[in-house]
Amino acid sequence: MARLKSSRRRFLQDSVLSLGALAVSGCDRLSGSPSFRRLLDSADALTMRGQRLLIGGQALAREFTAADISPAFRANGTSMPADEAYQRLLQDRFADWRLQVDGEVERPASYSLAELQRLPSRTQITRHDCVEGWSAIARWQGVPLSLLLRAAGLRPAARYAVFHCADTYGGMPHKGGDERAGRYYESIDLIDAFHPQTILAYSLNGGPLPVENGAPLRLRVERQLGYKQAKYLMRVEITSRLDLIGEGRGGFWEDRGYEWYAGI
Amino acid sequence: MMVPRHRLVTRLTHWTNALAMAILLMSGLQILNAHPALYWGRAGYAPNGAWLDIYGAGTPPQGILRIGRTAYRTTGLLGVFGSGDHLVMKAFPGWLTIPSWRDLATGRRWHFFFAWVLVLNGMAYLAHAAITGHLRRDLLPDAGELAPRHLARDLWNHVRLRFPKGPAALAYNPLQKISYVFVILILAPLMALTGLAMSPGFDAASPWLLDLFGGRQSARSLHFIAASLLVLFFLAHMAALLAVGVWNELRSMITGRYRIEQSE
Repeated sequence: MARLKSSRRRFLQDSVLSLGALAVSGCDRLSGSPSFRRLLDSADALTMRGQRLLIGGQALAREFTAADISPAFRANGTSMPADEAYQRLLQDRFADWRLQVDGEVERPASYSLAELQRLPSRTQITRHDCVEGWSAIARWQGVPLSLLLRAAGLRPAARYAVFHCADTYGGMPHKGGDERAGRYYESIDLIDAFHPQTILAYSLNGGPLPVENGAPLRLRVERQLGYKQAKYLMRVEITSRLDLIGEGRGGFWEDRGYEWYAGI
Repeated sequence: MMVPRHRLVTRLTHWTNALAMAILLMSGLQILNAHPALYWGRAGYAPNGAWLDIYGAGTPPQGILRIGRTAYRTTGLLGVFGSGDHLVMKAFPGWLTIPSWRDLATGRRWHFFFAWVLVLNGMAYLAHAAITGHLRRDLLPDAGELAPRHLARDLWNHVRLRFPKGPAALAYNPLQKISYVFVILILAPLMALTGLAMSPGFDAASPWLLDLFGGRQSARSLHFIAASLLVLFFLAHMAALLAVGVWNELRSMITGRYRIEQSE
C-alpha cells in the first residue's frame, strides 16, 4: 500500500511537472503559430470596438494641474536620430524643416515651424503611458491636427492619418521580441485625428520640444499609449488604407507585433 | 455513495477560469518584465522612486528585489539567472512567463485575449450562480457561520486537517465560503477594474476609476497585489485539495459526481 501510494505520488508529481512543461512549451509554440496569433490579435479589434462604444469620439483624456507635472519627462525610443537628413535639419535649428500634409486631401500643404507656431494652439497637461508600464505627466502645446486637416480638405476616400518620422529606429532589448530596425511611422483613424486633444506639439513643459522628445514636432494622441505619439514628424499623409505603408500594420511597433489600437 | 456535487455550468466555468487565470498570470509577468518597478500615485517612471523594484546589479550581477528600503538578494529566483555565458538578467524567469523568452508584444496579446475570456466567463458564472441561487445558498456565509466561536472552531478543524466525510462534506465550511466570496466578489472584480484603469482609452470613458484607485500607477500596483493574493488563494486551494483528497475533489469538478461516506 505504501509502495502503491509512493508510486502514485510519483506519478502525480511527474504528471504535474510534465503538464507544466507541456503548457510552457505549448504556449511558446502557439505564440509562433500565425493562425493562433491571428486569434489572439482579434482581441484588439474587440477592445477597440468596446472602448469606442464607451468613450465615443469626443470623451477627453484627463487633464492635470501644473502641480502634477513629473519632475522630468522620460524619453523613450530614439533620443537622437542618426539619420543624415535629420542631422542637417537640426544643425540649422529646423529653419529648413517643413511639415508636409498630403495624400487623400484636396489642398496639399507644407508648413514651416514658425508657420505652425502662428496658428491657434492648444495646451494640455496629460499623462503619457508607456507600453512598458510607466507613466509621466507633462504640459504639451501644439496645433490641433483637426485644424490642418480642415485646411487641407479631406477627400471622400480618407480613412487614416499616417505620420512619417525622421528617425530610423532599432527595437529595444528590454521589450524583447522583434528587434529589427526601420523608419518610424504611426497611424490613427479619423476619430482620433479630429479629437480635440490630438495635437502636433512643438512645446514641452513651456520650452521648445527637446530633441530626445521629438523635436521639432511630435504627435499627441492622448487616449492611446506612448508608442502612438510619433516623434520627429516630417509628413502627415492621409490615406484610405494602411496595408501599403511600411510592413502594412500601421506603425513601427505594430509591424513588430504591437496593437494598432493602443487604447489599452 | 456517489452523489451529484457541481453543476455543469460551474464545472465548465471553473476550468475556463483556471486556464485564463494561469495564462493571465504568466503573460502578466511577461508584461511586468518590461518595467519591473511599481509606484504609488498618478505617475512614476524612474525605478528609484518605486516602492517595489526588481533588478540586477554588481559584478557578477546579483538579482535584487527591493521593497521600500529593504533589499533582498534573489539571484536565481528574481532579477538574475544562470552565470557566465548563460547569464540572463530579467525580473521573472522564463518558466514563469508567456512566452518564455522576452517578448512584451506577444505577452500583451495573450494577456488581453484571455482578459476577455476571463471577464466573459466570470460574468456567465456570476449570472448563473445568482439565478440558480448557488451564490446565496452555497457561497454566502450566514450570520451564524460568521460568529467568532463558529469561525474559531472551523479554523481549529482546518489546523487539525479534520474535515467532514459524510453528507456534511457537500456543504462549504465557513472559512471556505469566506475565501471563495472574497475571491469571487472582491479580488476578481478588483483585478478587472485595476486592469481597466491602466488603459488610457478606458480612463477617458471612466475617469472615476482613476480617482477610486488613486491614479494609474496605484492601479498598476494594486493589480499586482491582487494578483499576488490570487496566487496565495491558489496555493491554499491546492493545499485543501491535498488535505481532503485529490481524486474525489477533482472528479467532482470534472464529472460532477462526489463520493461521500454513508455513516459518520
